[in-house]
This record gives sequence, structure tokens and C-alpha cells, in this order.
Amino acid sequence: MKVLVPVKRVVDYNVKVRIKSDGSGVELTNVKMSMNPFDEIAVEEAIRLKEAGKVEEIVVVSIGPAQAQETLRTALAMGADRAILVKVEDPVEPLGVAKVLKGIVEEEKPNLVILGKQAIDDDANQTGQMLAALLGWAQGTFVSKLEIDGDRARVTREVDGGLQTIELGLPAIVTTDLRLNEPRYASLPNIMKAKKKPLDEKTAADFGADITPRLKVLRTEEPGGRQAGVKVKSVAELVDKLKNEAGVL
Amino acid sequence: MTILLIAEHDNATLSDQTSKTLSAALQIGPDVHVLVAGKGAKAAADAAARLHGVAKVLLAEADELEQRLAEPLAALVVALAADYDTFIAPATASGKNVMPRIAALLDSAQVSEIVEVVSPDTFKRPIYAGNAIQTVQSTDSRKVITVRTASFQPAGEGGSAPIETVNAAENPGVSIFVENKLSDSDRPELTSAKIVISGGRALGSSERFTEVILPIADKLGAAVGASRAAVDAGYAPNDWQVGQTGKIVAPDLYIAVGISGAIQHLAGMKDSKVIVAINKDEEAPIFQVADYGLVGDLFTILPELQKAL
Ligand SMILES: Cc1cc2nc3c(=O)[nH]c(=O)nc-3n(C[C@H](O)[C@H](O)[C@H](O)COP(=O)(O)OP(=O)(O)OC[C@H]3O[C@@H](n4cnc5c(N)ncnc54)[C@H](O)[C@@H]3O)c2cc1C
Ligand SMILES: Nc1ncnc2c1ncn2[C@@H]1O[C@H](COP(=O)(O)O)[C@@H](O)[C@H]1O
Repeated sequence: MKVLVPVKRVVDYNVKVRIKSDGSGVELTNVKMSMNPFDEIAVEEAIRLKEAGKVEEIVVVSIGPAQAQETLRTALAMGADRAILVKVEDPVEPLGVAKVLKGIVEEEKPNLVILGKQAIDDDANQTGQMLAALLGWAQGTFVSKLEIDGDRARVTREVDGGLQTIELGLPAIVTTDLRLNEPRYASLPNIMKAKKKPLDEKTAADFGADITPRLKVLRTEEPGGRQAGVKVKSVAELVDKLKNEAGVL
Repeated sequence: MTILLIAEHDNATLSDQTSKTLSAALQIGPDVHVLVAGKGAKAAADAAARLHGVAKVLLAEADELEQRLAEPLAALVVALAADYDTFIAPATASGKNVMPRIAALLDSAQVSEIVEVVSPDTFKRPIYAGNAIQTVQSTDSRKVITVRTASFQPAGEGGSAPIETVNAAENPGVSIFVENKLSDSDRPELTSAKIVISGGRALGSSERFTEVILPIADKLGAAVGASRAAVDAGYAPNDWQVGQTGKIVAPDLYIAVGISGAIQHLAGMKDSKVIVAINKDEEAPIFQVADYGLVGDLFTILPELQKAL
């Protein structure tokens, strides 16, 4: 069995982003970039399936600028076998990413694609579901447990009221939630080894994918801010303020 | 132009997230139909018909729709798509699951989690854990939208829309439902509660979370939330997680207990009307958004608070 894992290079989750003064977007120069945390979980899950003898090959793919190579190398150092960089200059919307991924799936023929549930930059939460639609495959989103059994996958999903278990016929799409696993760090020897693993460069046109944006970003602005309030000294003072000042009790 | 709103419900009852999404839909256009897809879902359809501003309710019932699996639900919406140019649903687990699938089948770029309708094709939505707000204009002829319901008021009642039965589409049959493990509690739902009390890593165990947080929640009639750290550590169930990648809440009162205030957590609660923070570290970032801060050990403060209420 073969697994494909799409990984996105995003602003590190510890960075508090700043808005460009002209409102044209978010400041990305000299900002620390990392692999999207949900994609680390996706790579980890694929590696665990391989370690369990259920998977032979893990291919990672990123659609992004030349620097997305670093993200792919990280995935290779964690334990993926091979990488594909689809080089693009400008950001691609989830629908465009899904179209490129469809082309890659048709070439690579994986039995399973594991994506993050959400990229923490655009907070879109779309790509996996869109890829499933374009391929006509089953989808298991927000997954906290994945079991492969022959040509089926049993997934437990984090839903609003708790947990839901469903069964998917393979090939299928799975998107990861936080509780699926805890991703490993790549060891130094594995980082060295990863430099020699194959990394192919492609373009969106190689897959006949139309990645023209459909959404026009008119403006990017700061959210309405909140001022720090007061420190109260005691529980009695707190209760009094909540009752008599804020009127919420 | 007609809008199709995909209802959030559990067959028996209609979620108030549907009614908040209706408010957003009515800002886009006046002609809104509500699709109730389920099984034995007449009661939910009746409730939808009573919402003020709904022009028509479509009721589709089938075994595979009982749990609103993404594949048959998306197939149904696509089968109905010719009559609509806007498709809207709340950004719930179910809405997030199915709407992008519908969008891709319609070759449309979804606009996720809108917090404001600027015009029928232009919306505001948060990105980067709410640290930036983007105004985006959709150029697609058919628009697919999910709504951050914390930003919209529920629509009123008093309507009496007709209910029309529609057939389910052919089931793609690629997934099957196995089971739900849903927490049943008498507490209000996180996303609709007027008061939320949330606990963080500082609670230290699920026993202590239960011991100190729940009695106060019960006294206040509050819903209970948690930070990711508390959920990861098993102190609280996953559906209590508040934040960028959990639930977004905006109650009248939010009480954060032993939560540091990471941006991912703030993303889920900073639109609350009044925020209270209880933390032993006076430098904790949560105090920067709190209206009332109390510095101290939660294990002495909470029992006192319980008595004072
Ligand atoms: C991809 C991604 C998504 C994420 N999504 C979310 C999300 O949706 N929601 C979320 O919450 N987080 C999310 N996080 C995690 C987030 O970054 C923080 O790690 C998390 O919110 C921290 O939880 P915490 O505040 O409970 O724990 P900590 O940061 O460890 O804070 C514990 C706090 O308790 C205080 N404390 C300790 N003991 C006591 C005591 N006895 N009395 C009073 N105070 C005490 C400490 O001073 C400290 O401030 C996400 C992270 C990533 C990478
Ligand atoms: N440019 C990209 N390159 C590779 N994978 C991506 C890209 N964009 C999104 N993805 C994948 O899709 C998931 C969801 O992203 P999104 O729909 O943008 O929230 C991510 O966690 C990745 O697994």
C-alpha cells in the first residue's frame, strides 16, 4: 500500500503575524516558517502505518515556492520515502491545491491520502474534502484514530458532540485532528540521510491543473482589539463586579 | 437568486446554529430555502419551517442521510444545485465536513467561516487564528459559504414555510456509519451558552477538572470548555476544546481557569462579551484580553467562588 501526504509550508504557529501597513496582506518576510502542524501529524501517521507493515511507500508533496523544499526535507527526515515539489510563486487556494493533488494521485495511485484538517495560515479546512470530491473517494475528516484493515479504513472522527466512527472503502482521504498522534522529531542522522532521498520538481501545468484564484482579497486588516481590564483582589470583588458592573451574573 | 441553507440538526431537533446561519443568509439575499437532510427528521423540518424568513423547507430522508455522511449529502445538494446560486451552512463539524465537498463538485472556491456579510459576494473572514481579518470577494457564479455562528444572532421564529419532500440522490456508498460516542449532559451547548467556564492544563487531572470546574458550571448554568492542553492530557473530552482548531464561542461571560492564553486559545473566545481569567502567573497572556483578572491558585479560588455564587 502507498500513502500520499500533502504538506504545506506555513508561518510557524508560535509567530504572531503582523498586517502590512498598506492592508495588502500579512507580513511574511523574515518570519519563521514551519510545516503545518496538522501535516506533521499526517506524516507521523503514515510512518506509523509503515512501521506496522501496512504501508510500503510514503510520498510527500508540497505546492509552494522553492523554499517548500525545506518542508519536504523535514518530512523525509521524519521517515517519508520520496518527495514532490510543485513549484508555484503565488499562494494557491484549496480548490487549486486539490486539483493539483488530483493530478498527482492519478499518477502515483496511492491507496490513501492523509492531509491535515486545516492549514493554520488560511484556516480554510477544505483541501482534503475537495480532493475527495474530485476523485469521487470516501472521506474521513478530523480523525483521531485510524485503523487499516485490508481494503477498508475505520476512522474515529472528532465531531461537535464527541466522537464518530465510520468505515471508508479504500482508496480514501483522511484528514488529521490533534489527537491522532504526537509527531516525532527528526534525528540528526535522519536529517543527513534525508538530503539524499529523491525530490522531484514539477509545475501545476504538468498535471493540467487550473490554479487561477477565484477569491479576490480586497483587504487584510487587524481584528478589533481588546483592552486588558482590571485585576481584582478577591473572589468577593470579582463576584461583585460581575453582578454590579458587568451585569453578567 | 436563491440561497440553499444546509441545516444542522440531529433529526429530532434543529440546532440554533441553523438559525444563526439563517441570519447570515438573509443578509446575502431574501430568498432562503432550508435543506433538512436526515432520517425521521420531520421534527427538525417543522422547526426550520417556523424560522422567520425561510421561504421553503426541503426535507430529504434516507438511511444514509441519518448521520449526514459527507458523500451522500454532497450528492444530494449537487442534485438540487441547479435551482440555487449560494450554498451556506454553519461551520460546525458537519458543515466543515460536507461543504468543501459540495464546493469542489460545483467547481467553486469555498469561503470558510465568514464573520460578516459585506455584500452578496463579499465577506469578512478571520485568518491566522483570528490575528488578521480578510475581506474576500468571490468570483464564482455559485458561492459556497460556511458561517462562524458566534458572529451572528439567531433568526426569529413565527414563520410558516411550506415543507417539500425531495428524493435522496443515489448513495455513492463509499463510507458507512459505525457508531457515535456522544457526550450526553444536561449542560448547555458550548456554542450557544450564555456563560462558559473553561479549564486548562493547570487542572492536572480529569478528576480535579470534574471536582473544581463542574460544580461552578452547574451553579452558573454554564457550558464547560477546555484548552487543547487539557484535552490532549485527557482531562476533558475533545468536544470541549475551545480555540482556533476547536470551537469558537462568544458568550456573555467566559471564565478561563488555569489557561495561559496562547493565540490558538484566544482565537476561540476573544469575542466573548466579558472575560474573566484566573491564573497564578500575573504575566500570563490571558490577562491581556481579560476584563477581570484574578491572580492566584485556582485550587483555593474556585472553591471560594463556588461558595460566593
Ligand atoms: C496546530 C495547533 C492548534 C491548536 N489549537 C488550539 C485550540 O484550538 N485551543 C487551544 O486551547 N489551544 C490550541 N493549541 C495549543 C496552544 O498553543 C497552547 O499550547 C494551549 O492552549 C495551552 O493550554 P493551557 O493554557 O491549558 O496550558 P499552559 O500553556 O501550560 O498554561 C497553563 C496555565 O495555568 C497556570 N497555572 C498553573 N497552575 C495553576 C494554579 N494552580 N492556579 C492557577 N493557575 C495555574 C499557568 O500559570 C499557565 O498560565 C493549538 C496548538 C497548535 C500547534
Ligand atoms: N500548498 C499546499 N501544499 C501541500 N498541501 C497542502 C497545501 N495547501 C493545503 N494542503 C493540505 O491540505 C490541508 C488543509 O489545508 P486547508 O484546506 O488550506 O486548510 C493541509 O493540512 C495540507 O495537508
